[in-house]
Amino acid sequence: MLLIDCPHCGPRAQEEFGYDRTLDSLVRIEDAPDAAMAALYARANPRGEDDEIWRHTFGCRGWMVLRRDRVSHAILSVRPLGPEALP
Amino acid sequence: MSGRYSALALLRGALGGHRHWGRAWRAAEPDGPYDVVVIGGGGHGLATAYYLASQHGVRKVAVVEKGWIGGGNTGRNTTIVRSNYRQPQLQRLLEHSLKLWEGLSDELNYNVMFSPRGALFLGHSDADMTRLAERGDSLRAMGIDAELLDLAAVRRLVPLLDCSPTARWPVQGGLIQRRGGTARHDAVAWGYARAADRLGVDIIENCEVTGFTRQGDAVTGVETTRGTIAAGKVAICVAGHSGHVAGLAGIRLPIESHTLQAYVTEPVKPMIDTVIMSQSLHCYISQSDKGGIVAGGDPDGFPSYAQRGQPMRLEDAIAQAIALVPALSRLRMVRCWSGVTDMSFDGSPIIGDLPLRNLHLNGGWCYGGFKATPGSGHLYAHHLATGSPHPIAAPFDLARFAVGRTIDEAGVGPMPQHR
Repeated sequence: MLLIDCPHCGPRAQEEFGYDRTLDSLVRIEDAPDAAMAALYARANPRGEDDEIWRHTFGCRGWMVLRRDRVSHAILSVRPLGPEALP
Repeated sequence: MSGRYSALALLRGALGGHRHWGRAWRAAEPDGPYDVVVIGGGGHGLATAYYLASQHGVRKVAVVEKGWIGGGNTGRNTTIVRSNYRQPQLQRLLEHSLKLWEGLSDELNYNVMFSPRGALFLGHSDADMTRLAERGDSLRAMGIDAELLDLAAVRRLVPLLDCSPTARWPVQGGLIQRRGGTARHDAVAWGYARAADRLGVDIIENCEVTGFTRQGDAVTGVETTRGTIAAGKVAICVAGHSGHVAGLAGIRLPIESHTLQAYVTEPVKPMIDTVIMSQSLHCYISQSDKGGIVAGGDPDGFPSYAQRGQPMRLEDAIAQAIALVPALSRLRMVRCWSGVTDMSFDGSPIIGDLPLRNLHLNGGWCYGGFKATPGSGHLYAHHLATGSPHPIAAPFDLARFAVGRTIDEAGVGPMPQHR
């Protein structure tokens, strides 16, 4: 099980969190159709590291970006997700 | 060769300590160029190779497998076979597959232990029963068997089910597909491998694909840990790792890889002779021929290639099974495992062409790939041999996402973590 270091609450059990989507899947309002399509449906899905958006659903309800290794399950970094990252 | 497995051979083996059994298929070396190289020696890949050789006369075929055949998701599922889906495209696809299952042991001359013991969906509420009735109607309209059962009939069928009004998830009735059931997962891989091998297919194990050779926008072969292999067509068939392998060609797919777990208990005498499923809970229970209770639940819910699951999801799956069949609480779990599944963005498989010429994909099977094994191989082989999709497989092309023609069984949109 993962121990996720919430930027607001500190280390908490994975059960309190929910995975939402990868960071490259945000559709921006000004995106051309091709870019919006890619954000909706094209995933790198690497057998390695990727940036993912998680939420501390059963805690502070804050959003964050986890850089995670999808084979070892190591969490390489956690940073809060602010308005600057949102579409 | 076909007489190799017989009662007499078994008796002779018993006297000699079963040491005389030879290999059932050759340990082939790469010997290109091939007409078709299939990447992935699971059930789907081996079936594809078998049907290429048997139905379409394509003789120069290789299956390259990074580990041993049937060692991926073919050996990591709950062995359930059924065709009672909701969307007509999926109904046609899985019914095509179920019909092949029904004759598969004869076709391969290998006992895949297909056991049509009935696949029962439970209904836990008025809404569930309405949904099941609607699905049953649509199935029968498609010519697929479906029978709505009331509570008394469900109780007769599965006496150990907790049908009391105070049950954690009260049962109101169910929908059964009597032609559904289970099969022996390993035997499917071995049966297809043996039959394909006899038709000249090279099955190359311990051979991981590390890249593709290209000429312009056409793929001309694969680079592997055992050298470069030239091929007229390259057929990706690695569900679970489709994203990784397509990524080697620079292609991004509407797929995320997630982990799905299952477990089995110690073997006991026959206690459940039907496949019990609850889609409201996402719980699957059946008893293997050896006697173990095989059960599974929800995917772990976040991307992973780890082939190991999270204890909390396993606990959920066990709690659900025990709530439905309280007698299971007395059994010891002997094994749990997990597989990496291709969670596609509409919950349906992708069978067809990729943006590079001569490169094709069969993947995105989510957590429902095992039941589709024969149909998937049959339809993919048709596509590879003829260059155009079989009518049953045509709706499952990659282009459907761009034009909004998704086949969304659960109706949740591009959210693989919510299926």
